Order: sequence, then structure tokens, then C-alpha cells
Amino acid sequence: MLVLLAKELRIRYKSTALGYAWSVAYPLALALVFYFVFKVVARIQVENYALFVVMGLFPWQWFQNSIVGASGFLLGNAQLIKKVRFERSLLVLVGVLNDLVHFLASLPVIALFLLASGSPLRAAWLWQVPLLVLLQLGVTFGFALLVATANLFLRDLERLIGIATLLWLYLTPVLYPWDMVPERLRWTLWLNPLNPLIQSWRGALADGHLDPALVAGAAAWAVAALLAGRLLYTRLERRFAELV
Amino acid sequence: MPSSSESCAIRFDGVGKTYRAGRATALGLKHMLLRLPEVAREARREPVVQALRDVSFEIRRGEWTAIIGPNGSGKSTSLALMAGVLSPNSGAVSTYGRISPLLELGAGFHPELTGAENIELNGVLLGLCRHEVRARFGAIVEFSGLEPAMIERPVRTYSSGMVARLGFAVAVNVEPEILLVDEVLAVGDEPFQRRCLERMRSFHASGVTIVVVSHTLGLVEALCDRALLLDQGQLTADGRPAAVVETYRARMAAR
Repeated sequence: MLVLLAKELRIRYKSTALGYAWSVAYPLALALVFYFVFKVVARIQVENYALFVVMGLFPWQWFQNSIVGASGFLLGNAQLIKKVRFERSLLVLVGVLNDLVHFLASLPVIALFLLASGSPLRAAWLWQVPLLVLLQLGVTFGFALLVATANLFLRDLERLIGIATLLWLYLTPVLYPWDMVPERLRWTLWLNPLNPLIQSWRGALADGHLDPALVAGAAAWAVAALLAGRLLYTRLERRFAELV
Repeated sequence: MPSSSESCAIRFDGVGKTYRAGRATALGLKHMLLRLPEVAREARREPVVQALRDVSFEIRRGEWTAIIGPNGSGKSTSLALMAGVLSPNSGAVSTYGRISPLLELGAGFHPELTGAENIELNGVLLGLCRHEVRARFGAIVEFSGLEPAMIERPVRTYSSGMVARLGFAVAVNVEPEILLVDEVLAVGDEPFQRRCLERMRSFHASGVTIVVVSHTLGLVEALCDRALLLDQGQLTADGRPAAVVETYRARMAAR
């Protein structure tokens, strides 16, 4: 598996001159756009909005990259699937891990934002960050497995996912704080697998604090996503080689 | 008829394989959502291609077997079933031993990676660990006959013959117990073909089970212990290569 991961990373960086910079530049540029729209134009009432956006957007980017990329994790390796028998879900896991590496690479940027706004680096991150990474890995891998498998059978899912993640981003308190959601709609936040994660990231990064209820919510979603992904995958895996 | 697993390398037991003609997947979501009942009805009576029907045979350990037959007779499907890449719709396929499949030449190589990186990737996928691949690296490169400078270049810069040679070199260097070869000898230059044949002969001598799909009937007659003739998904002859090839030629001439 390490070899597969190294392969994906090498391919991603192969013919790009700036390499690492790209995994940071894209989310940063997005953050800039959102800063302009929400802070400068819409004047959202959030202190230090730039930091606020970065703390939510970077983890979100990991999820989104994996879900959008998931359609290609299997299709892009059609040659391997048709030739050799091996555990194909590894291809999806590797794709997700690849995006995780890019997310980890962008963490120092968040740290810079924190330092710039006078917030300290915390020792508690040593366990909080790995815990959140693990939970998000569960949610992301589960959904990616669902998408990657389903996409073999319904090819235009790929396009649909692009639209869905766009809507999903705006429905998740990434660009706005959750308490700006009107009270009568707040219950919907629990139906959003990404909400407890994004809020936890923000809590941990800004205050070194994790809300147990949110962590439990994220864990529940991780288990649900993994089960659903696994179930679909094991039911359809036999036919992969005919479809890719 | 069923023998112990010690002497048996590959067993097909009443194997059937159908492919859907592929319309349902090509339709797309819009069509599926708009006309769900209709699509479901169609899917049930969707035309299927029967690639193999009720095929049974047993290949013994150390046997060198050729599968011959006209295009579309199910040869490649049989190999893919042996490799475990496809699974049968009915019946059972059992294999015993480490398999090295060469289903399509150079398949499994990533064009952006160098030859060396692809060797590692493929070796690992075929079931070796990294240090085992490293230990065989020299032998693989040597067998492929590629220049050392070439090995460090991306595979997309290779000619198709070079890709084929590298693919074959990896497949024969993972110490397979069963080697599956799909029409490999059609590519590669003469010296390389000779080297492939030599290697397959020495494998055969050391007891490796070999299954080849080939249209090169002369080679089949000269080299193999046994030939299986597939025609329209059915096993129609099985025995000494000379006899089976004869049957095949006669049948093709009659068409």
C-alpha cells in the first residue's frame, strides 16, 4: 500500500514545478475569495474571519477533494484492476490518504494564521489533531468508497458529485458559524456528516477544546459511512473488472 | 474426477460467464431516473453475451496448456477467471499456487512513472514484498533487455515492444507457480521472443504450471503438453496439441 501511495504522490507532483505549493495555494486562494465575498462585501459578523474560514475550509477541502476524486480512484486504475487480483478498496484508501497528505501539508498554514492573530500553538493538538484526522478519514473513506463504487455503474455520478459537494459546502457551517443558522433549522446540522467534524476542527484549533457531543457525532457518522461504503463495495466488487 | 489439490493447479467446474451487453450502464442517470420502471424491465431482458458456458476441466500441476480457438470464443475470459480478476456467474474456479498473470501486455504500468517505479509497483501487486522486488530488480532489468538509462525514464516514452518486454520480465521474475500468458509472443523482436520461450521452457522444466492463449498454432504444437479448444464459449476439444490443432484447423476451414 505504501508503494501505491508513493506512486500517487509522485504522479501528482511529477510534472509540476511548484509541487508542494499547489496543495496550499488552492485552498488559500479559495479562502481569499470567500473572505472577499463574506467579510468585505457581505460584512459577516465574525471576528477574525480569515482565520475562521481557513480553519473550516482546509479540512473541508480534504473531504471534497477525495469525494470528487473518488470517481477516478478506480477508473484511473482500470489497467491494474483488469490485470491483477488484489484488494481494490486499497485504491480508494490510497486516493483518500493522498488527499490527507495534502491536508497535513496545509496545517502549518493554519498555524501561521493562528500565530498571526495571537493564538498560541497547543500541546493538546498532539492528540486532538490525530483524533480528528482519524474520524475524518473514516467519514471520507466511507463516502469515497460509496462514490467510487457507484460511479462504475452510473458514470454520470461523477458530474452529480461536483454539484452536490458545492451545495454541501454551503449547507455546512464552513463559511459561517453554526449559530447563525436559524434556530428552527438547526436540527438539520445533525444530519450533516461534516458538521460535527468542521466544528470540532475549529474548536480544537482555536481553543484547544473538543466538545464530546460533536466528537461522538463525528464518530457515529464515520462508522455509518464506513459501513455503507463497505456494504456497497463488497456487493459489487466481483464485477469491477467488467466495468472499469 | 476431482483429484487432490496436490496435483491440481487449476480447476474449472461447470463454469459459465455472461457479460451484460452494457446498455444499462451506458444510459446515464437522467434516463434511469426518468424511466425507472422501463429501465428495470429492460435490464432483466437485456441482451447478455454468453462468454463461457458450462466449461469444466482440470489442469494439473506442471502442465503446459494452450487455449486455442477463434476470436470471441472465451479464451481471454478463461484466463481472467483463472487470474481471479473476473468471477464466474455459475460454477466454480479454483486455483492452487501463486499466479503471475500476463493478461494484457504492459497493462498495469503507469505511463507517468519510470520503468523502475513500475517494476516495484507491479512486483508488489503480484504479491512480493518490497525487499523481494529489490532483490530481483537486476534480474528483471536484465531480462527485459532495456538500457539502464531507459529504466529511469517514464514508461510513456517507451515503444510498445519495450513495454511488452518489461511486462514479461516482471511477470516471469516473481517466481510464479502458475503463469498465465495471453498472446505475448506476438510482440517483441525475435531475440526477445526466443528469450521468452527459453524462460517458459525452463519454467516448465522446473514444474511451473503454464497456461497460454495463442494463435500461433505451430508453437502450441511444438511446446505444449495439452491444448484446449474453445468455440463459442464451450470446450469442444481437449487433448494432445497436435490432435486438437488439427480439429481446430478442420473446423475453421469448414466455415
